[in-house]
Amino acid sequence: MALQPFLALGVVLFGLGLFGALTKRNIIIVLISIELMLNAANINLVAFAHFSQPAQIQGQVYALFSMAIAAAEVAVGLAILLAFFRHRNSADMKDVDLMKW
Amino acid sequence: MIFGIPITGQTITYFLLALIIMISGVMLMSLQKVMHMAVALGGVFLGVAGIFILLGADFLGMAQILIYAGAITILMVFALMLTQRGDDTESPPANGWRVGGALVFVVLLCAAFLYVLRGTAWPVTQSAVDPYTQPSVVLLAQSIFHTYTVPFELVSVLLTVALVGAVVIARKEEE
Repeated sequence: MALQPFLALGVVLFGLGLFGALTKRNIIIVLISIELMLNAANINLVAFAHFSQPAQIQGQVYALFSMAIAAAEVAVGLAILLAFFRHRNSADMKDVDLMKW
Repeated sequence: MIFGIPITGQTITYFLLALIIMISGVMLMSLQKVMHMAVALGGVFLGVAGIFILLGADFLGMAQILIYAGAITILMVFALMLTQRGDDTESPPANGWRVGGALVFVVLLCAAFLYVLRGTAWPVTQSAVDPYTQPSVVLLAQSIFHTYTVPFELVSVLLTVALVGAVVIARKEEE
């Protein structure tokens, strides 16, 4: 098994997440798409850790840190979403326009 | 050998997991009801966990199942339930041009990445199924608690700050 198939899988997953983040209307779905992109990055980190010569554990450590940051990001993102929903009674991307010029 | 790829247990597992991830991902982007999207999200996360275990990162795979497939998926479902009034279908995108433009952009970007990926001579090659000399949990623990102790502590501080911040942002303001 070579390194490239895993990197290709990461690229595809990143593309799916980017497409969702650019086009979806529901704020929660956009957050989900960002999670997909973070997961694609994690696949790359772990794949490089596995295939380097000799195998390095540092990639897995970095992926673990990135997971912790992603969990914090989701918690704060959902809190902002709930506060927004309470103020504007909507979870739609087009209603997030208060700071739009 | 099919298309120059040797048929081993690892290859078959890789293709099955990649298939699960891609099908779930495409379903995630194309389904209409947001609740079904959340279920497809669970499929993507479980597939990625399988890929981690295939790459010899057992602990990371289990953490992925616990944190992503368990906690984050449920958190998303919870938020979807809190912010929905009656209709649970995702409203259609604002205009078709935007979706078409995003699709073209993403496809071109991915094609460029894959082209570079194919053309690069990667110096790293590894044929062993499990290249690590010790169990990955042992290596991970030594790494986190010896080499990366300060970043580890900083991450715990960050998680605490995020938790407190989330509670402060999300709670009702008192009059």
